[in-house]
Formats: sequence, structure tokens, C-alpha cells
Amino acid sequence: MADHSDGTPAGSHAVARAGRSDVEKFQDPGLAPHRLRLADTDPRAAKRAERQVAILFGVSVVGTLLFFIAYFGVRLDDTIATLRLQNLLLGLGVAFAMLGIGTGIVHWARALMPDHEVSEERHEIRTERDRVAAQRIVEDVLEETGIKRRPLIRNTLIGALALAPLPAIAVFRDLGPLPGNALRHTMWKEGTRLVRDPTGTPIKASDVTIGSAFHVIPDGLNELEHGKLEEKAKAVVLLMRLNPESLNPSPGRENWGYNGIVAYSKICTHVGCPVALYEQQTHHLLCPCHQSTFDLTQECKVIFGPANRPLPQLPIKVDSEGYLVAQSDFHEPVGPSFWERG
Amino acid sequence: MKALSQKRRHPLAAVALLLLGLILTGGLYAAATAPTAKADTTTYTAADTEEGSKLFIANCATCHGMGAVGSPSGPSLVGVGAASVDFQVGTGRMPMENQGPQAEQKPAQFNEEQTKQLAAYVASLAPGPAVPAEEYTDGGGNAAEGGELFRVNCAMCHNAAAAGGALTRGKYAPALAGVSNEHIYEAMVTGPQNMPVFNDANITPEGKRDIITFLNTIENNGSPGGADLGALGPVSEGLFAWVAGLGVIIAFTIWLTSRTS
Repeated sequence: MADHSDGTPAGSHAVARAGRSDVEKFQDPGLAPHRLRLADTDPRAAKRAERQVAILFGVSVVGTLLFFIAYFGVRLDDTIATLRLQNLLLGLGVAFAMLGIGTGIVHWARALMPDHEVSEERHEIRTERDRVAAQRIVEDVLEETGIKRRPLIRNTLIGALALAPLPAIAVFRDLGPLPGNALRHTMWKEGTRLVRDPTGTPIKASDVTIGSAFHVIPDGLNELEHGKLEEKAKAVVLLMRLNPESLNPSPGRENWGYNGIVAYSKICTHVGCPVALYEQQTHHLLCPCHQSTFDLTQECKVIFGPANRPLPQLPIKVDSEGYLVAQSDFHEPVGPSFWERG
Repeated sequence: MKALSQKRRHPLAAVALLLLGLILTGGLYAAATAPTAKADTTTYTAADTEEGSKLFIANCATCHGMGAVGSPSGPSLVGVGAASVDFQVGTGRMPMENQGPQAEQKPAQFNEEQTKQLAAYVASLAPGPAVPAEEYTDGGGNAAEGGELFRVNCAMCHNAAAAGGALTRGKYAPALAGVSNEHIYEAMVTGPQNMPVFNDANITPEGKRDIITFLNTIENNGSPGGADLGALGPVSEGLFAWVAGLGVIIAFTIWLTSRTS
């Protein structure tokens, strides 16, 4: 069909010929007729536009002045009201200073600057000749460097390039040590007292009445000199007491609580938000970030939301003085899943 | 000692020992729980209790049962204390309008006198938390310490700005602006509905006073950063940014590309 593709009526064997050339040859409509703006024809309109642009620039000047009036003029006293006033005026001043310049320039360009349409011819698409020329340049360069004839240079270059990124590894390694097994352990160990957050006072079992919720940290956390927040982020616990009959502990976990007092990790197993919205009638724990809901009566099983595993329980007991202490650390890593957790 | 050891096989020795043990444990338990079940400090007259009993039978007994022992449609009120009644009735949550996820706050149905009588009646059934003393609800505590306690214990449900927030299945933690200091105190002590109890062993009365002071402070200070859009965080702020912010950008785009007359 190649010989028929020249598109002329004579060359084609198509039946319909009349008017065909008109259809196939798409007429370039060209540019729309240039329409003059009001300001192009009427000097008074041009004058008005000029004044409008000047007013907008003036608004900008007033805005900047307003900023400095607010900055130096508003006297701050002890109340928050003056600070609010100053903030408002500073914000308005800067906003009008910027907005005045921006809108002024745009209005100037739209109303007064020349607006004839200009069309630019499209460049010819790349030709075979250019491609060959480019290829020749690459070949010439390869030839002139002599990299093919001098393997010593080539090999040492490869070696240098392979080694050069290594310093980056050393630098990024310094961003911090690998967590090691820090994700698997918290500050809790046998005999650590449960103390109130933030005061750090220990909690007697008799203080925890039914329906109570205590926000708990391990004893000694407040005294840590380094890494206090890191430890707190793992060790925070919510302590609740409910009717012991409502709890359904699984075999082996019957004595992890005391008289209906149970302690669960406050770190959501989804992405680690603090789960502390405790509903004392339904015994649901709700995570405020993504609405994962845990049922306290089923050992904090997930009953709704994106979390995938129950909140870890902290086994607790009562020491000889009647204070609540931990039996051990959590039996599983707290918080969200991580790569090596398995 | 010898006389005692000789009588240890007496038929009544086991009974005596049991009695001794019971008295000891009972006494210890009472001593241990004494700080949490504080004695009623407000005094009610017998007439208050009598009137309260009548009001209770007429208005509350349908759900809470005769003698407030509870029924399938309402919990027992024995031992909830005067504070609970003052909160629930004083904020209009009780009597409940209809069964739902949560009793809503509404204009109180009983006046102050009747609320007091109802509280007197319920307090007469068993000891429980009393209406707080004036000294803890005057809002004269330490707002900074109250803020810290609030952020640890309350902010997760009631929002860091005390604007309230959603809970599961239609329940919610209400906003705390406009709630009276007494009612805030009573809510902490009694744990109404799904709110946990924060007894005096958990947050001391002074701590509660600090929290109330903090709430009064943020309510009076307003929002230093301008319109707080309900202080609901990313929901209202995001909505505003998308609708208003993008709206302005679109308007500017249209203006930029429109033809001048």
C-alpha cells in the first residue's frame, strides 16, 4: 500500500474523489483576530487602569507601614489580648504588602502592557543526520581518551568509583546506633514499682477503686538523666480496675492482675500512638489516631480498626507494703510491628 | 501462754480464731480504703432525705428501681454518693430523655433545692463521694501544674484544648467550656458514664483544684493564635485550608487568565 499513500486523489484508488483534498488538508485557522482592550482605545480607561495599579501599589505601602506600626506601636503587657492584636496587625500588614505588589503587577500586565498574540514556529523534529553526528561525537571521545587501549587507566578508574561511595556509609552509620534489642525491652523488671505519671508517686492497690484509670510510669523514670523520653515512650502503662468477673484471662495469665487491677501498655500496636481513651462501662480502649479499639475484657484484643495485635499486658503483683509492682518486663515487644520482630 | 495453749483444742477455739481473723481483715480493709471513701461533709436534714425519696420514686425509680437498687434498664445507685447525683441531675443528664449511647447534657429538670434533696436521699443509702467543698472548686490553684495533670489524665479524651472528642460507637467526651467547677470536680470523683474514676488517691483534691484552675484559665484566655476553628485539630483546620485556601487560589487563577475588557 506504500505506493498509494501519497494522499493525492489521482494516486489513490478510493472511489470518492470530489472535495477530498479539502477534507484531508487541514486548514490552519491561524490566530484569532486581535481584540483591543478598553485601555488600548480609550485614553481615559488607560488612565483609570493606571490609577488602579498605583492604588494597589499604595495598598502595599500602607501594609508595610501597618506592619511597623504594629511592631513598634502595640505595647505588649501581661495579657494575651495585646499579643493577639499585634499578631493580627502584623499578619494583615505583611499580607497586604505582598498582595498589593502581586495584584498590582498582574493588573498592570493585563490592562496596560501590550497584549498582541505571538506564535513561535515549532522546531523540526530530529533528523537522522543529527543522530549520526551525535553518535560520531561519542565515538570520537571514546577514541581520543584511549580508554579501550589503556586497560590500566580503565581498571583503576573502576576501582576508584567503586570505593568513593564508602565514606557515605560511614557518615550515615553515625546517624545513630542500630536499636539492637532496645525495641524488645522496656524499663520494667521484677519489683519495679508502678508510679503515677507525672508525679512519680507509688500506687497502693487499695487506691485503685473499680472504674479507675491510672496513667503509670515505672519507678525511677523521672530520675533518668539520659534517654528519659525514649524510655517513657516504651514503658508507659495504663492501669485500670474492673470487676474481676469481667476479665477473662487466658491460661497462664490468670495472676497477671490483682483483684481486677490490670496494667496494659499504652502504646498502640498500629503506629504507636498512646491508647488512653478508656471507657469504663464498655471496657473499650480507643486509640485516638486511627480508631483502633481494644477490648479490655478479652485481654485487649483488637475489636475494630487497623491495629493488628493486642496491647501487651504488664504482669503486676502487690509487694509487702501493699504497693503495685511489676512481676517482670512485658512478655512481648510493645508498640508497632518492626522488621525483625517476626 | 500456757493457759492459751491448753485451750487450743477447745470446741470453740476455731470459732474464736475465725472471728479474730475476720475482725482483723475487716479492720485493715476499712483502714486501707478509708481515704478513698471519704465521709460525707455536706449535711442534709432528714426532711431533705424524705423529700428526695419522694422525688426519686416519682422520677427515677422506673429505671433505677425502688430503693435505687437498679433494674435491667438502669444501674444501682447505692454508694454512688451525693456528688454523682449533683453532677448527673445538675447538668440535666438525668433523667435521661431516651435510651442512647450516652446521656446528653440538657437544661436541668430539677431546681437546686430538688437536686439537693435527691442527692441527700441517694447519699443516705450508702456512703459515697460527697459534693466537693468550696475550697477545691474556687479555681485558685496552680494552673501550670493543673495543665500537666490535665494533659496526662484528661486530654486524650477531652482534647488538649478541652474541646471534647469522639469515642467509640456514638459516645463522646464533651467539651469542658462552660461546665461549672463543681460539676468538673464531681465528674472526676465519680466517673460518670464511660469516664473513668479519678479518686482522691489518684489525683489529690489539690490536683483536682489545679486542673479546674487550668480549665478556667484556658477558657478565659481564648485562643492566642486567632480563630481556633473549634480547636478540633486537623479536621476543622484541614477543611478550612481546603475550602477557603484552595478557593482563593482558584479565584486568583481565574482572574489571572481571564481577558481584560
